[in-house]
Amino acid sequence: MTTPRPSSADGIATAIAAHRQMPGALLPILHAIQDQLGHVPPEAVPLIATALNLSRAEVHGVIRFYHHFRQQPGGDHTVRICRAEACQARGADALIAHAKRALACDFHDTTADGTVTLEPVFCLGHCACGPALMVDEEPHVQVTPARFDALTQRLRSGK
Amino acid sequence: MTATVYVPRDSTALALGADAVARALAAEAERRGISLGIVRNGSRGLFWLEPLVEVATPSGRLAFGPVSVDDVPGLFEADFLRHGAHRLCLGPTEQIPYLQRQERLTFARVGRIDPLSLDDYLAHDGYRGLSQALDWSGARIVAEVTESGLRGRGGAAFPTGIKWQTVQNVRANRKYVVCNADEGDSGTFSDRMIMEGDPFMLIEGMTIAAIAVGATEGYVYVRSEYPHAYSTLQQAISLAEARGYLGDDILGSGRGFHLTARKAGGAYICGEETALLESLEGKRGIVRAKPPLPAVHGLFGQPTIVNNVVSLASVPLIVERGAAFYRDYGSGRSRGSLAFQLAGNVKYGGLVEKAFGLTLRELLYEYGGGTASGRPIRAVQVGGPLGAYLGEAQFDTPLDYEAFAAIGAMLGHGGIVVFDDSVDMARQARFAMEFCAIESCGKCTPCRIGSTRGVEVIDRIAEGTDRPAQTALLRDLCDVMLAGSLCAMGGMTPYPVLSALDRFPEDFGPRDPL
Ligand SMILES: Cc1cc2nc3c(=O)[nH]c(=O)nc-3n(C[C@H](O)[C@H](O)[C@H](O)COP(=O)(O)O)c2cc1C
Ligand code: SF4
Repeated sequence: MTTPRPSSADGIATAIAAHRQMPGALLPILHAIQDQLGHVPPEAVPLIATALNLSRAEVHGVIRFYHHFRQQPGGDHTVRICRAEACQARGADALIAHAKRALACDFHDTTADGTVTLEPVFCLGHCACGPALMVDEEPHVQVTPARFDALTQRLRSGK
Repeated sequence: MTATVYVPRDSTALALGADAVARALAAEAERRGISLGIVRNGSRGLFWLEPLVEVATPSGRLAFGPVSVDDVPGLFEADFLRHGAHRLCLGPTEQIPYLQRQERLTFARVGRIDPLSLDDYLAHDGYRGLSQALDWSGARIVAEVTESGLRGRGGAAFPTGIKWQTVQNVRANRKYVVCNADEGDSGTFSDRMIMEGDPFMLIEGMTIAAIAVGATEGYVYVRSEYPHAYSTLQQAISLAEARGYLGDDILGSGRGFHLTARKAGGAYICGEETALLESLEGKRGIVRAKPPLPAVHGLFGQPTIVNNVVSLASVPLIVERGAAFYRDYGSGRSRGSLAFQLAGNVKYGGLVEKAFGLTLRELLYEYGGGTASGRPIRAVQVGGPLGAYLGEAQFDTPLDYEAFAAIGAMLGHGGIVVFDDSVDMARQARFAMEFCAIESCGKCTPCRIGSTRGVEVIDRIAEGTDRPAQTALLRDLCDVMLAGSLCAMGGMTPYPVLSALDRFPEDFGPRDPL
């Protein structure tokens, strides 16, 4: 279930105000914005830059460097599938191929109905029980194609 | 009388349904008018048995697992709270052979206590190390850690005491203790299990480090892929602050230490200590040239201890029991224990803390029980994505730092990823190059560009295009990366690639003159 998100200007202002005094405040601010809004919108960049006395290019460079942050809105849910070795050893490649087919979208893309954004991830720390994935912050392990379908059906019908 | 059961809150256990099991147990108990206390503990690390439900009995805990929601009514029907005659009963937890045969030093409490109960922590010897440390001089603490033989568990195995000594020797107004909880290596989860299962131990270890070197500020850099660990750790930090174990005046000693958990951004390179510091400063995670060492010029330019979670978590025990106690475990120059993590295609995957010195084969078969698929083990990657691939011929190597270095491998953070005979080693070599290309910080050309070239070359080898020349090219490329990279990302990616090529040449094309 998606909760209504605060307006982006409010979200950005609150996130900046709450963290700007911290040493090394940029990542905490970006996390706070993305946690609230689902992504870091372009209008956040100049506001953060001014608050932290950085150039826009620096802020932009940081957002782009970290895989976690996204600048475009994602779907209602993010499904992160592990592509790392321990999950490979238990069939992650086949699961990923299935996921892309079933959702008809590639990594970093969102399904046509806007419910699911598919992302790769390198390790979720469930390496004895792969293949693993995370739906938003909810972990799933031993994910077979059938379980993947059940899971994503649930997400997509919950809309 | 209230019965007590334990249902893990470890995130792998959650992924296997632990929350639903806890809810079902509570509901069923209520329906039967039984007063039931449910403690959400960490995991014992026997993941094929999760969700592992334990019942407190006068003679210790009794284990049941793996428990599903459907099993719950039957467990009550069999009166599992009293005598445990049920098909899922595994007997006393501590007598499960996988656990009984371990040497749980650092992980002694994980899975036994409620990770967010400071009282439970104190009742299980928690904060004894800190009380001891507060009576000692900083020099004495550092000496004890040095003499214990503890080496960094994050990968490079550098002696922890020597690092601390350097920070202690530098004069500065402000010093930092930074915990590297980026745990990026596939096949590893020991840091996560500590943060989710015994976070006060990490906090205590960091506090002792701070007192030893005169640091007043600390950060734990937790990977963003670990939301549960992050939240458990944050709650533990607040609880420790509320009771005076962190803050301006620790336990009335007049010493202050402030600790903050910070969330990373999903970049593997930020596990490298200098990239990590850049990231904590709010910048891109670009690796810094060394020297200067972080111990001298670290976070915000100040002297900084950077240690892995397990390294820091091992300190309270060393201070409490003494250097000799810890040093007596182990083999050669690898002292104490390592929390091995059996991962990938393995039948009994989980955490195995053992003194250094057992062989890889013992771990793979006597603990791991072979593969989960039932097929033969063909390859094993030890030490994360930059670790070498090993085959049957290397399985008798003792697990210690020097013995592994001698075969061109590394133990690293102790992760062991098992592959069965369906693995295609050329594909694994390609992945190593691809991973490097995706995760490189971009500072050095051999790492940034060489890895992309590496993917292309391996693709051509797989297609069978001019194999001998392409294979020679791949070796040249690896040489350039080995020699021309600032850090181990570019410098060690050749290890998985070349070990795959050397030990499994048949996967790179039939009968090729390599
Ligand atoms: C590419 C790369 C990734 C690394 N990732 C980690 C990591 O995730 N966790 C960690 O503790 N050390 C990691 N390290 C090792 C750190 O640079 C550093 O050696 C370690 O944090 C020091 O702590 P220790 O002495 O307690 O091991 C990594 C190193 C490299 C080169
Ligand atoms: S080897 Fe790669 S990751 Fe390491 S500093 Fe150079 S470019 Fe960055």
